[in-house]
Amino acid sequence: MVALERISARMTLLPKALFLLVVSIGALWPTVAKASQPLGASSLEQSPSAEMARLVADLSSPDKADRRAAVVALGALGDPRVLSVLEALRGGSLYVWRQPSGGRETVITRDHTTRDGKEMVSIVRADSGEPIRSADGQALYVEASTLEAIWPDRRLRRIMKPLIDGLRSRVNLFDPDPDTRRSAATKLSRLGRPALIPLLEEALDKEPTWWVRHTIDEAINLLKLSDDNPSVRREAATRLGELRAENSLPALQRLVEASVGGDSSTNDGSVRRAAVAAIERIERWGGVTRAVSTLFRGLSLASILLLMALGLAITFGLMGVINMAHGELMMLGAYSAFVMQGWFQTYLPANLFDYYFLLAIPFSFLVAGAMGLVLERSVIRFLYGRPLETLLVTWGVSLILQQAIRLTFGAANVDVSAPSWLRGGLQAMVGVQLPYNRLFIIVLAVASLVGTYLLLFHSKAGLRVRAVTQNREMSACLGIPARKVDTYTFALGSGLAGMAGCALSMVGNVGPDLGQNYIVDSFMVVVAGGVGKLAGSLAAAFGIGGLNKLLEPSFGAVFGKVLILVLVILFLQWKPSGLFPAKGRLAEY
Amino acid sequence: MHEPIVRVENVTVSFDGFKALQGMNFSMDPGELRVVIGPNGAGKTTLLDVITGKVKPVEGRVLFKGSEINGLRVNQIANLGVGRKFQTPGVYTNFTAFENLELSYQTKRGVFSTLFNPLSSSDVEQIYAILEVIGLAHKTHQKAGLLSHGEKQWLEIGMVIVQDPDLLLIDEPVAGMTEGEREKTVRLLQSIATDQSILVIEHDMSFVREIAKKVTVLHEGMILCEGPMEKIQSDSRVIELYLGRGGEGHASH
Amino acid sequence: MKFPATASWTRAEKLSFGLITVLLLVVLPLLNALPTGSFLHLSDFYLNLFGKFLAYAILALGIDLIWGYTGILSLGQGVFFGLGAYVMGMHLMLAIGKRGVYQSTLPDFMVWNQVKELPLFWKPFYSFGFTMAAIFLVPALFALVFGFLAFRSRIRGVYFAIITQALALVMWLLFNRNELNLGGTNGLTDFKVLLGFDLLSPSTQRGLYITTALCLMGSYLLCRWITKSRLGKVLTATRDNEHRVRFSGYSPANYKLFVFVVSAALAGLAGALYVPQVGIITPSQIGVFPSIEMVVWVAVGGRGILIGAVVGAIGVNWARSFLTTAYPDLWLIFLGALFIGVVLFIPDGIIGYLRNLLLRRRAASASADEEAPLGPEGRQHA
Repeated sequence: MVALERISARMTLLPKALFLLVVSIGALWPTVAKASQPLGASSLEQSPSAEMARLVADLSSPDKADRRAAVVALGALGDPRVLSVLEALRGGSLYVWRQPSGGRETVITRDHTTRDGKEMVSIVRADSGEPIRSADGQALYVEASTLEAIWPDRRLRRIMKPLIDGLRSRVNLFDPDPDTRRSAATKLSRLGRPALIPLLEEALDKEPTWWVRHTIDEAINLLKLSDDNPSVRREAATRLGELRAENSLPALQRLVEASVGGDSSTNDGSVRRAAVAAIERIERWGGVTRAVSTLFRGLSLASILLLMALGLAITFGLMGVINMAHGELMMLGAYSAFVMQGWFQTYLPANLFDYYFLLAIPFSFLVAGAMGLVLERSVIRFLYGRPLETLLVTWGVSLILQQAIRLTFGAANVDVSAPSWLRGGLQAMVGVQLPYNRLFIIVLAVASLVGTYLLLFHSKAGLRVRAVTQNREMSACLGIPARKVDTYTFALGSGLAGMAGCALSMVGNVGPDLGQNYIVDSFMVVVAGGVGKLAGSLAAAFGIGGLNKLLEPSFGAVFGKVLILVLVILFLQWKPSGLFPAKGRLAEY
Repeated sequence: MHEPIVRVENVTVSFDGFKALQGMNFSMDPGELRVVIGPNGAGKTTLLDVITGKVKPVEGRVLFKGSEINGLRVNQIANLGVGRKFQTPGVYTNFTAFENLELSYQTKRGVFSTLFNPLSSSDVEQIYAILEVIGLAHKTHQKAGLLSHGEKQWLEIGMVIVQDPDLLLIDEPVAGMTEGEREKTVRLLQSIATDQSILVIEHDMSFVREIAKKVTVLHEGMILCEGPMEKIQSDSRVIELYLGRGGEGHASH
Repeated sequence: MKFPATASWTRAEKLSFGLITVLLLVVLPLLNALPTGSFLHLSDFYLNLFGKFLAYAILALGIDLIWGYTGILSLGQGVFFGLGAYVMGMHLMLAIGKRGVYQSTLPDFMVWNQVKELPLFWKPFYSFGFTMAAIFLVPALFALVFGFLAFRSRIRGVYFAIITQALALVMWLLFNRNELNLGGTNGLTDFKVLLGFDLLSPSTQRGLYITTALCLMGSYLLCRWITKSRLGKVLTATRDNEHRVRFSGYSPANYKLFVFVVSAALAGLAGALYVPQVGIITPSQIGVFPSIEMVVWVAVGGRGILIGAVVGAIGVNWARSFLTTAYPDLWLIFLGALFIGVVLFIPDGIIGYLRNLLLRRRAASASADEEAPLGPEGRQHA
């Protein structure tokens, strides 16, 4: 917004007004687009009913009681156009315009501007929503002094609130966005007005998305629970059970309690039985959904660990390089996402923003990979075969990287916001929502794993990598540029770390010590997995990660970690060279 | 019948399915000097590995002076009286020749005895005596890393001697040596063979001929034949083994 | 024939040891005793700071024993330092008595955490004698158990480094917990007296400084004795060729365990001397980061040389106290660059580099008496 003000300050008045108009339309566009589609079409065709026009005029009546009656009556009309009138009234943008001709018109103000030192406003008719135009067809700007505000008193506001909510939900029930439709249905069911049932049923007929249809169905039956007819109540309870509607549990329980104390007519008994059965059914389903959710959380953690361990499996598992800066390469990846986000915000139109993350993934790979390349060329290549020295030097590198990031971006965490397509979640089944960002990481992890596997085991480059890591001298004799292969292999591992960091930015905090939080865990994975094997690192990553999540609930994070260290040490008593030890004469090394 | 110094009974050693030794039976009498020969991969070094406890057999047992040593660790077996010289010289390159012998000297090898008991002057005299025997008296304070290849070999033989073992296992003592150095090594081994049992692995046939009384020929993890040198040389299977594959060269020396 | 005099002192050694002793024990306290306005006056602050460095030097000697001479990189020395420090800190907490903020016999943090009764494991620390023993025994026993498991299963090289680093992380996490009744994140602090002496008075601090200097001298002599003994040779032989050592009848695991325990006890002593001089011990001084930094002190000074460890500990900490006040942002970058620079360009450390220069100059006579040197082949092959 600051930038906008600066730009508009440089312009002369007329272009400035136009500019502001464009900007405000741009800013309003999503809401306008959302709100106007279902009702916009009809409002242009139909002129407002005479009754609506009269009631809108009544809003400016000097008598409070008249105004209240008008609001209530408007709310009862059920016309979606009433919504904008009431919202304008609540928001203080409903005015009475004294026309130059002397007539009075109830209007809603739109855009404000200043012309010749006077405040000017563009207006639309409140009863029809049509813009008021001047003779040449342009939007008419009128002086603010010709407008007279209609202020709702507190009591009127209180009356308006449920009316607006109800209307808003009705409108939203036909919104293009399924999530909006779904929450509208939930809200309508809470209003508890059986009169809404036909509307919901109409929405149910038109609804294409199964999950929204499920919610609407739930809403309808929730409303039916308070029906006077016991058989309707019974059917509703049974239906809710079928729907496994967890939200309806309180209502069902109330129904059970109410029918216990009530008269012992057979009808009530059957309603109660139906409600109890429904509750049981829903609770049983709850167990299933909890299990599925836990499983998914475990899978999600495993995929994060997998992404982390994949780079490590290459630099340590394959090359034997202890890189203590591995965590910092992940951090660089996360910051790359942050930088890419900033570029999109600064240089590209807002509607392209959602695509930033697609570019951030390869970008983070490149940034971390380039850092790995520099690291290998400048430091690590001098230390092959001296793991303890490598450990110390790369720790030094990690300190420098952390501090450099701290000096550049500040010590506080930075905010990397998920693109809209990673917000929300996939409704896998009733009661289980799988967040898109977690799903995305799983997909990314699997894709990276498959990609790495194909690269290493089914490509010429991979053959060279494996040749060099198995026998440098022989490979060099066969004409493979061993040094180059080392460099690129290390860069590949580093790039994968960067990608892991980029993915982490979607689920965790991004700060200078992001890497520190993972490095000890990562290397425990390496110790338990054994050197020289990709599979060892991967298996240990899953083992330790899974164990971590398994122990955490019962022991707490700290004692869980203690226990894991103890378990790893005990494990090494049993298998001193890790899960997948190097075999035969190689074991001597 | 007297107890063999070492007896390997029906021992099988397997590396990932590859059988380095297959049901090996081998024994040596006290005071014997035995030479073990065989082509590459016959299992010669593995035999030493089994006796010294470096490799655990999957089957069979190993007896040293009549008692089973299968489950013991390398250092325990060494303390029972088994000394070993490696194929590639295993000397401590950062220490002087004297210190190398001092480190191997037969005395208590516990943490605290090495901390509190320095060597007595008679111990030191003995070390100097061994330095004379292996011909390195003039290089007592030279770092082992700076010695020539032959000198390193002798130093390591010296290290095994000061350990005062009952059984010496010597892996390829003359590999890479000049003619003169080889002569010296022969005399060295013969001089110590008088009161200790020695097992030598060697490829060099002329060397074998010079020192061997009894020879064991290994092939593919099994004993091909065993006996005095003359008998071995005339054994058709041995000739086949060494000459039949296009002359590996060792036998023609 | 002459017995090779490896354990005896050369004249140069005697001279420099004597000089350093005089400097630390006589000259610095004397300078401190000069009137405040005097040109040569050494302020109480700097004497105290130097006392802290000397405590670190004791710990560095232990690291040099295990890393420099035995080739085992332990990234968990901060844990042992912390154990010694907390033992001493517990004694000092109890010595506060009712002089705390809440005027309770319990330490303030316990009152704060609503602990009603002194936990059982605190009680022995009322005794000064017990505390003195525990300073060595607690870290040593801890190292004994941990080392036994690690060395028995032949965890070595990088694996040992990583396992000990995980140990440091875990201990850090544990000591941060209030359930341990060790002060949680805030640690132990607000000490008042030690054996009845006011800890805030300069004379007590001077006494602590002299005690630390004496302990450093003693530790140096102990380490020298160990490295010059046959055991010291076995340690270095294990570093260079563990395989061969085993065939010579030694059990490398026992030797490693011994040196690990000794280095842990030295770290504990250092921690115990650190606490009354600095006045606080918190978990942040025992975690992953300080532990690896300690290793760098030794790398900078020169591993495999005892005096190198001492010089490294004092030098790096000096640089740190200067840089963290003058350029707080650059300290970490400097430390990182030190890690890289030392390993890549002067792998033998400052003292090792100087010694190599000297040796090259006197190439002819240099072979007989020197401390466990690191030849080009002598470095770790894990």
